[in-house]
Amino acid sequence: MEKTWNNKAWFLVLPVLVLVAFSAVIPLMTVVNYSVQDTFGNNVFFWAGTEWFEELLHSDRFWEAMVRNLVFSFIILAIEVPLGIFIALNMPKKGWAVPVCLVLMALPLLIPWNVVGTIWQVFGRNDIGLFGYYVNALGIDYNYVQDPIDAWVTVIIMDVWHWTSLVVLLCYAGLVSIPDAFYQAAKIDGASRWAVFRYIQLPKMKRVLLIAVLLRFMDSFMIYTEPFVVTGGGPGNSTTFLSIDLVKTALGQFDLGPAAAMSLVYFLIILLLSWVFYTVMTNYDAER
Amino acid sequence: MARIDCNHIRHAYGPNPKSDKDYALKEVHQVFEDGGAYALLGPSGCGKTTLLNIISGLLHPSHGQLLFNGKDVTNLSTQERNIAQVFQFPVIYDTMTVYDNLAFPLRNRGVPEADVDRKVRETLDMIDLASWAKKKARGLTADQKQKISLGRGLVRSDVNAILFDEPLTVIDPHMKWVLRSQLKQLHRRFGYTMVYVTHDQTEALTFAERVVVMYEGEIVQIGTPAELFERPRHTFVGYFIGSPGMNVMPVAIEGKTATIGSQRIELPGAPQAVTGPVELGIRPEYVRLGREGMAVKVSKVEDVGRHKVVRASFEGREIAAIIGEDETVPAEPKVRFEPTRINIYADSWRVEMGA
Repeated sequence: MEKTWNNKAWFLVLPVLVLVAFSAVIPLMTVVNYSVQDTFGNNVFFWAGTEWFEELLHSDRFWEAMVRNLVFSFIILAIEVPLGIFIALNMPKKGWAVPVCLVLMALPLLIPWNVVGTIWQVFGRNDIGLFGYYVNALGIDYNYVQDPIDAWVTVIIMDVWHWTSLVVLLCYAGLVSIPDAFYQAAKIDGASRWAVFRYIQLPKMKRVLLIAVLLRFMDSFMIYTEPFVVTGGGPGNSTTFLSIDLVKTALGQFDLGPAAAMSLVYFLIILLLSWVFYTVMTNYDAER
Repeated sequence: MARIDCNHIRHAYGPNPKSDKDYALKEVHQVFEDGGAYALLGPSGCGKTTLLNIISGLLHPSHGQLLFNGKDVTNLSTQERNIAQVFQFPVIYDTMTVYDNLAFPLRNRGVPEADVDRKVRETLDMIDLASWAKKKARGLTADQKQKISLGRGLVRSDVNAILFDEPLTVIDPHMKWVLRSQLKQLHRRFGYTMVYVTHDQTEALTFAERVVVMYEGEIVQIGTPAELFERPRHTFVGYFIGSPGMNVMPVAIEGKTATIGSQRIELPGAPQAVTGPVELGIRPEYVRLGREGMAVKVSKVEDVGRHKVVRASFEGREIAAIIGEDETVPAEPKVRFEPTRINIYADSWRVEMGA
C-alpha cells in the first residue's frame, strides 16, 4: 500500500517541541556552551576545552559538598523511611479519623519550600524562636548560626518535618490495599505482630517504598531552598550541599565556566542514579 | 476435631440493634456434629460469612454462646480456638517458599523444628505439592495457592474445625472439581469437622452431607441434599435449590383440594393449621406435560443438554416443567402435578398434610 505523506502533522507536535526547547534543551545547551569556555564578561569568550571538568574533579570543595550531600541524603532516608512506616502502620484504617489524618499529613507537603525554610529559620532562633529558645532554656547549648552540628540538626529536623508525610502517605496507600483476609489468616496462623509486619505488610509495601526512597533520595540530593534560607550553607561551609555550592560558584563568584561544568556533572550523577533505581524497580517487577 | 454448638447466636454490625432488621444474623441455634461436612448455602448478604467468622472467632457475636466440645469459647481469640480457615481469595505469604508457608503456623506456635519438618512433609503429600516445596509461593497458580491456604490449616493436627469461605470462587471450573473431590477425600480419611460457605448450590450439594440453607440472617432449613430437594421447608429453599427452582403459586385450600383460578388440584392430604397466604409448590421435575390435565400455553422450550426446560403460562402464571431430551411438546399441551410431590406453604413455611 502506498503511504500518504503529510508533513502537516508535525505542526501538531510543534507546541510541545517549542516548549521543551525553551524550558530544557536551550538552557541545557547554554550550560554546555559555558562549560567549555572561559569569559571575563562583556560577552567575550575563550575556548577552554575540558579544563573546567578536570579542575572540578580534582577540586576538594566539590568532593566535600558531594560527601556532605550523600551523608545528608543517607541520614534523612534512615530517619524518614522507618518513621514514615511506623506512622503509616499506626494511622486509622477506617472512620472519621482517616480524612483528618490524611489532611494533617498532607499539610507540610503543601507549604512552599522557601516558607518551610523561613519557618525553621525563625523557629530555631535562640532569641525569638520557640524551638531554639526552649532548647536553650533546657540547658542545651543550641545555636544553628554558629555551631555546625546544630546547623545540621536543624536542617535534618526540618527535612524530616517537611517530607516524612510523603513516605507516610505512600506507605499508607500500600497498607490499605491489603485485603482483610490476610490479617484474618495471620490471626488464625497465630502470627505475632512482628510476623504480620515482616511477612504481610512489608512485602505489600515494598513497591511504594521503593518509589518513596527514590523520590526522597532525588529530592534530598538536589536540596537547595530550605538550607539556603535557614543557614545559607554555613556556618562556614558545613551545610553547603552541591546545589548551594553550585549557586555560590555561578552567582556568587560569577565563575560561569566551572559552574556550568559542575551543573553537567551534577546532572549526570542524578541521571545515573535515576537509571539505577529505575532498573532495580523494573527488575523487581519482572521477577514477579 | 470438635463438635460445635451455636447457642442462640445473634449478631449485629451496628452498635445498638433495636429491631430484627438491625441483625445480620437473627438467631442461630445449631449443632455442627464432630466430623461432619456442612455447607452453609445462601445468597449474598444472608449472613453465612458472618456465622462462619463467629465460629472462627474473627467476629464476636452480639448475643449467644459458642461451644467447642461443650467448652465455652465465645471469648477466646481465633488463635486459641485452634481452627483453620480458607478464604475466598488465596492468602499466601508471598516472600516465603511453599514449605515455609506451611511451616509458618507451627513455627508461630513454637513447635520444635524436627516436628515442623515431619508435619510439613506429611501435609505437602496430602495436598499434592511435595515437588513444589522449595519454590517461592508467589509463582503458583490460584488453585495451588488455595491448596496452600488449606495446607496451613491441615498442618496443625489438633485443629478443631476447618472453615471454608467460598474457597473456589477464583478457581478455574475444571480445577474446582479436582479440588472439591480432594477435599471430600481428606474429609473421609481424616474426619475433620468442615463448614463450607458457598452461594453455589452444586458446590454445596456435592460437598456436604448436610446443607444449611440461610436466608436473611436465619437458617431456613438443614437437611441432606435429597431433603432440600423433595421437601423444602421454606419457599426460598424451593426457589434457591434446583435449576430451575420450584414453581410456587398462590392457591386457595379447601379440605384436600387446592384451587388456582379455574383449576382444582387434588392433594394427597388436607394441609393442617393453615394461616396467612397459602402457596402451592411443585418442582419442574414433577410437572408432567402431556395430553391430559390442566391447559397451559407453552412460551419457550430450552434445551439444556440432558433434558429440556419448558416455560409455560398456567392460569396467568409462569411455570417451568422438565421433560426428557427425546420428548416433544404436544399440540394442545396440558400439565399434571404429581400429587405426592406437591408441597403446601402457609406464610412461606411448609405445612404438613394430614390424611
